Amino acid sequence: MKHTAKRLTTFLAGVAFATAAFAETELTVYTAVEAEDLARYAETFNQSHPDIKINWVRDSTGIITAKLLAERDNPQADVVWGLAATSLLLLKSEGMLEPYAPAGVENLDPKFVDGDTPPAWVGMDAWVAAVCYNTVEAEKAGLTPPTSWKDLTDPMYAGHLIMPNPNSSGTGFLDVSSWLQLFGEEGGWEYMDALHENIARYTHSGSKPCKLAASGEIPIGISFAFRGAKSKAAGAPLEIIVPSEGVGWDMEATAIVAGTANLEAAQTLVDFTVTKEANVMYNTGYAVVAYPGVAQPVEHFPEGLLDAMIDNDFEFAANNRAAILKEWQGRYDGKSEPKS
Amino acid sequence: MAGISDATQMPAGPVVKGKLSRDDILMRGGMMVIALYLIITLALPLYAMLSKSFSTYRVELSQYEFQISDDAGVFDGTILNAEVLNQQTGAIDPAELNTGSDGRLPVTGLFPDFSFRSPVMYQVRNTSDEGRFLVGSTLQDGTDWVTLDSNTFRRVQLRPVKATGFDNFINYFSTPALFNSIKNSLWIAVVSTIVTVTLAFWFAYALNRSCMRYKGVFRLIAMAPILVPSLLPGIALVYLFGNQGIAKELLFGASIYGPIGIVIGSIFFTFPHAFMIISTALAISDARLYEAAASLRATRWRTFWTVTIPGARYGLISAAFVVFNLVITDFGLPKVIGGQFNVLAVDIYKQVIGQQNFEMGAVVSVVLVIPAIFAFAIDRLVQSKQVALLSARSVPYQPQPNQRTDLISFIYCAFVGLFIVGILAICQYAALIKFWPYDLSLSLNNYQFDKMDGGGWASYYNSIKLGLFTAVFGTAIVFFGAYLVEKTNGFRTGRALFQMFAMLPMAIPGMVLGLAYIFFFNSPSNPLNAIYGTMAILVICSVTHFYTVSHLTAVTALKQMDREFESVSASLKQPTMKLFSRVTVPVCLPSVLDISIYLFVNAMTTVSAVVFLYSPKTSLASIAVLNMDDAGDIAPAAAMGMMIFYTNAVARIIHLLVSKGVLVRTQAWRTR
Repeated sequence: MKHTAKRLTTFLAGVAFATAAFAETELTVYTAVEAEDLARYAETFNQSHPDIKINWVRDSTGIITAKLLAERDNPQADVVWGLAATSLLLLKSEGMLEPYAPAGVENLDPKFVDGDTPPAWVGMDAWVAAVCYNTVEAEKAGLTPPTSWKDLTDPMYAGHLIMPNPNSSGTGFLDVSSWLQLFGEEGGWEYMDALHENIARYTHSGSKPCKLAASGEIPIGISFAFRGAKSKAAGAPLEIIVPSEGVGWDMEATAIVAGTANLEAAQTLVDFTVTKEANVMYNTGYAVVAYPGVAQPVEHFPEGLLDAMIDNDFEFAANNRAAILKEWQGRYDGKSEPKS
Repeated sequence: MAGISDATQMPAGPVVKGKLSRDDILMRGGMMVIALYLIITLALPLYAMLSKSFSTYRVELSQYEFQISDDAGVFDGTILNAEVLNQQTGAIDPAELNTGSDGRLPVTGLFPDFSFRSPVMYQVRNTSDEGRFLVGSTLQDGTDWVTLDSNTFRRVQLRPVKATGFDNFINYFSTPALFNSIKNSLWIAVVSTIVTVTLAFWFAYALNRSCMRYKGVFRLIAMAPILVPSLLPGIALVYLFGNQGIAKELLFGASIYGPIGIVIGSIFFTFPHAFMIISTALAISDARLYEAAASLRATRWRTFWTVTIPGARYGLISAAFVVFNLVITDFGLPKVIGGQFNVLAVDIYKQVIGQQNFEMGAVVSVVLVIPAIFAFAIDRLVQSKQVALLSARSVPYQPQPNQRTDLISFIYCAFVGLFIVGILAICQYAALIKFWPYDLSLSLNNYQFDKMDGGGWASYYNSIKLGLFTAVFGTAIVFFGAYLVEKTNGFRTGRALFQMFAMLPMAIPGMVLGLAYIFFFNSPSNPLNAIYGTMAILVICSVTHFYTVSHLTAVTALKQMDREFESVSASLKQPTMKLFSRVTVPVCLPSVLDISIYLFVNAMTTVSAVVFLYSPKTSLASIAVLNMDDAGDIAPAAAMGMMIFYTNAVARIIHLLVSKGVLVRTQAWRTR
């Protein structure tokens, strides 16, 4: 039974291969991009490069990162296409990335390219922190909309605020790392101490705070802008607030895995990922992309978000990640009593 | 050992040993194969996990050397070792050297005169090939000197290397955020146990000792929670008592997110387990004791405490430890409703999925296994005593109608039944609402699983596949194993060992088993590595996780069959396997079906055992409930949870019909 199923899959896969008759090189590509986008990405790429076939391995950011790290001594992937830059920095610090300057990299916003020459990774698109504010529930609770991060420490918001736990959520970590960069080490922790007094609880995932705000469970959720835009489009009474001090962000990026046997094909693929065409493709799922001037406005997306993005120090974030998370856990995770 | 003591007591002589027949060899061989299965799927993974908990990461200062230039950038050749420098300056606390796999250690503290503005140059190198450090985010793992200016030198970070030791445990117990969970876990387990056992006792008492109506209906309702994942009551509680909940006033301002939610949810999902055990204990009570009490003019109250409770005490104790074990090892419920209230099982998940800190996950697992094994051992001890309570002369107790008792019993059962049905009903209602709480119109939007995280409808079909595979392969392995261990001649040590192995899975929490599987099967050096990420590993994990109860069911059924069957078949020169397939299996068919439905239902609902093992292609319905809730899609999570409920309910109905059909066909001999 099992074998039949397997044989059938192999057969079907064979049929799929046969249709792409040109396929000469196969690339194993690790990704954390949403599954629904992957087929589209491969299709667009194959229109101009029918001779390279992409075999996707997809999972969530944390798991793909762990998988890549586990395969450190025996890498299975040729290319990573669509993984958080903080994760790629981790891989870079393990010497696992093959530096390469893709053709046309100079067209990209330098914020989106690794600082080394040649760069170890290049960015695709960004997800940006924002505050989801439920106008209906906030009015019921007599709240006024905050305009800055500092506003959120006002005692008026006590128990009405929710954010992701940085220990389990990438979005949570980019918030914490951005506060430490904005307010300085000491000021950042002081800010979070004050904020903690207002937080109802910390969620595991980065999108949940915004969805909880959308459903009115907790009126204010610290999440990311794109999630807010989606929930608003679904009919939630949300306002998406961009705090005035600036917002943290992380990007999805691309890199070649050191030791790949298909270096040439991998370079061809990475060349494609920085083209205007590819960036137009990213724009469907992300409002901020690496190629300037490409991004079309996304419905319900807050204005001025691009300008509010802080000058994110990814090296600081990656090198201090372990220490920051430990400190955070000691300060806020140890308190067992729920606050709301 | 037995051989040695025999030799001292018996006069020397040849040891007489029966020759093994072909059947004996076959049966012992089969037993060894199944024992090997248990070793590979249980003992070895657990060993891998234990050794992981002792695997640490440590920055070895002695592996790094530095040189400092003068202001003109000229090096005089003095080599400074980091360890010696630290002894002089004491800049780095030795505790800081023990870190995780992602640990980094800046070095400028070792140089009191360091200033990033100074023109002084620095050189740094590893003394051996194992040393690693970063400049910025670029890895340096060679032994050549790297020359850096002061401003770049502050970006140097030392990286840890692998070591072995107790440091993970020391780290665990010195982090209050982590070890507080022990207290939390024990606390909610104890509270849930007391409440659930009390509620279940009176429920079972009402059903067994009164003449109220609708007993069958109540019995059915009481068993319903077994059909859903433990996450589901958590989701229901959000809709009932969350900030937008329809009955949140009942909590008087207290938050459902935390211990209150966990305890209420735990009562829901452990109730059937406690009810079944206590009900069995109450059902076997001896009427003669009540007659004696009545003739001694004992009051009902006194009779209750001197006859009823002592008679059911083993059942009560056993139920208590089963509930305790279920609550302390449960992961889904505290994940959904626990808020900031950390418990051990969720800590394992956070460490592994959130931080990829597998070593610490292993440490928490070791901590969690201790109370689980303890509770399991006591339960086993108590259950073995309960058997001796029945005697051949016992007269079954028959309750007498009593209007007042029957009415109170009915009201009480109706109350409990309402709680159980209410939890399920609110989930179904929430699943059909368009956008809680702003648009209460009905819609099927929440069933469009393909638009959410979690794997879509494919995960639902995967779950059914997993349930069927687990039921088929699991039943075959378990029943055959139980047959061999029950009916093999001699070979006492081997059989005792096998029994022990078969008991072990119940003591191992699902989270721990799943994590152990990562360590064992995901290791590149393991030849079984290929099954990692496939349906096969999910099936194996589920079979092993639910092995014990199935094994005990099979053993009980087989014990009812006289061993004479084997003797007769041997004297008729029939192979045992023929006897097995022509007599044993048909006679035990009701139990075989019970085992398969048990495996199916549990494979459909389990979260903890498979949460580390599914891959994007083998996502499961129960995992989808978890992930959709995690992403904030709570209504679709409720919808998927209810799909699991209906599937299991249908499976049970099919099981009932098949059992009836089978009973007519194969069990005709039971009636004359």
